[in-house]
Amino acid sequence: MDKRIRVLVAKPGLDGHDRGAKIVARALRDAGMEVIYTGLRQTPEQIARAAVQEDVDAIGISILSGAHNTIVPRICELLRAERMDDVLLLVGGIIPEEDIPALKQAGVTEVFQPGASTQDIVEFIRARVATKTI
Amino acid sequence: MTKDQAVEIEPRSKYTPADPETASSPVHETPSEGSPARFTTLSGVPVQPLYTPDDLADFDYRRDLGDPGEYPFTRGIHRTMYRGKLWTMRQFSGFGSPQDTNARLHYLLKQGQTGLSIAFDLPTLMGYDSDHPLAEGEVGKCGVAISSLADMEVLLGGLPLEQVTTSMTINSPAAIIWAMYLVVAEKNGADWKKISGTTQNDILKEYIAQKEYIFPPEPSMRLVVDTITFGAREVPRWNPISISGYHIREAGSTAVQELAFTLRDGMEYVEWVMRAGMDVDEFAPRMSFFFNAHNDLFEEIAKYRAARKVWARVCRERYGAKNPRSWLCRFHTQTAGCSLTAQQPYNNVIRTTIQALAGVLGGTQSLHTNSLDEAWALPTESAVTLALRTQQVIAHESGVPNTVDPLAGSYFVEKLTLETERACWDYIERIDALGGMVAAVEKGFPQREIHEAAYTYQRQLERKEKIIVGVNEFVTDEKRSIDILVIDEAVARHQSEKLAELRRTRDQARVQSALEALRGAAGTDRNLMPHILECVRAYATLGEMCDVLRRVFGTYEEPAFG
Repeated sequence: MDKRIRVLVAKPGLDGHDRGAKIVARALRDAGMEVIYTGLRQTPEQIARAAVQEDVDAIGISILSGAHNTIVPRICELLRAERMDDVLLLVGGIIPEEDIPALKQAGVTEVFQPGASTQDIVEFIRARVATKTI
Repeated sequence: MTKDQAVEIEPRSKYTPADPETASSPVHETPSEGSPARFTTLSGVPVQPLYTPDDLADFDYRRDLGDPGEYPFTRGIHRTMYRGKLWTMRQFSGFGSPQDTNARLHYLLKQGQTGLSIAFDLPTLMGYDSDHPLAEGEVGKCGVAISSLADMEVLLGGLPLEQVTTSMTINSPAAIIWAMYLVVAEKNGADWKKISGTTQNDILKEYIAQKEYIFPPEPSMRLVVDTITFGAREVPRWNPISISGYHIREAGSTAVQELAFTLRDGMEYVEWVMRAGMDVDEFAPRMSFFFNAHNDLFEEIAKYRAARKVWARVCRERYGAKNPRSWLCRFHTQTAGCSLTAQQPYNNVIRTTIQALAGVLGGTQSLHTNSLDEAWALPTESAVTLALRTQQVIAHESGVPNTVDPLAGSYFVEKLTLETERACWDYIERIDALGGMVAAVEKGFPQREIHEAAYTYQRQLERKEKIIVGVNEFVTDEKRSIDILVIDEAVARHQSEKLAELRRTRDQARVQSALEALRGAAGTDRNLMPHILECVRAYATLGEMCDVLRRVFGTYEEPAFG
């Protein structure tokens, strides 16, 4: 692989719980990916803009505030408008199972629930980016 | 990496076990296949296979422990501890609308809860009204939505404010939310000199860990100083600050980091208030603390004991406090939210029981036990009832409260307490060398230390060096078996309608002049509390007051710490 996988790790919503986002960002970096971390409290617009500007292969959204059903579909919409809907969109945080089907319907590639290992996330991104490039 | 602590037998020990046959076998035991290779606490502190009198060679009962209620208070702040009065059972609650939370608070009191603790939603914590664009999707989700005095009146409806103590988890806008509480008390005829409770009001740990900050550190510290000095004079039984390690631990710190950063935060507040001209004994007796209770029973107990000892010494020796009440580290404990697993949620009841026991054995003044469903959502009524029952079983069935500090004299617990204390002093010295906690925060020191610890722990989990039952071992593929609380989006609509109505009906001229006076005072060094109280009485909203302060103080963005 000559091109490094680029990932945007983003924290939308008002919650400040960045432990997970920072651990995932560092694990992806340790796995050789290029990671851009947005910092806290980014609006869906800011996240979509950053994804376009940084031309990323994947976006990881971390949200623990319970506002995912409002915020995540809006990010999906904005990405579609930017023709970025081929970008992998991963969501982590406190996401109840019953919310997952609607999030996937809206365009989320995968939801990683509490307890997910960073290795699983690394492997998921590698496998999906590889199939996309073929 | 997999260095085996168990084979390090201390040849230097002078201690001879009474019965060598029974005493020697566990010492030589090597871990069985598949068990964690390292014998360390949850925070990674090595633990010996056996502790003996040799580990306490220089131990001095009077210097290191003292009786309960005596300096340095290692054994507890009261002589009789729970024989005199049980800890306050205080379940943190808040969700949806002020009506929803008011009903939950009344329910909890009816179930035998002895204090109140209110959680606010994220827009409130960040100083936005429920109808602000950034509040969309967040109203009532992580706590109750409070945008004005009108909401606070509903939230506290029918509660006996002179009898019950209320704790409020609010930080950046703490002065404003506290002012709302005080005005409700005033309107109900409750005497400010009689009411008691706690505002968390600990902004330093927001920069360090929880990250719900609005303004930059300096003006934020000024707001804290204003509330502490105002409280000391006007609301003398109120705890104007609860210096919190809880969130530091939740962000992934070790037990020692939690302890050291919290106590150093406390020292920073003491120094700022003293610089503002107040004598330490005028306010230190009302400073309170808030610690986490994580899974490692003995590590947690040692942490609480060390906390009391270090704080007593700091207040007496470093700040010259003369009133013994200034030396007391009084603290609330909450079981560790981050230890709860979404998988096999009933296991959380067991974890919470062990953690609660640590808090009680560690001499906490009040306790919150988490509910089994909180890795998924805010707790349902049945889950929170079980969590309260957990405390009641410990209090009334376990026998633990019958004697004070029952673990004192344990070679292990005393050694661990001494080690925790020493490691805490090391951190305090490092932060002193950086120029204090505000300077350390601006340099990103505690933030980096916590991130390192969190990442190390995550890697230990992924290598199964540390085990979480149901997550990286003993895994099943069961689907979630419990019901969870869902917050209706109607709460946000209802809150917005109420705000629109409020803005239509209140005395607009009074609101404007109160806000203008607040703006004027914010630019001086006058105490802001009287101005905030006036805005609150005029029904200015939280968002309006915070907007005024945002314009004067500016806002804070965390720099990227490499």
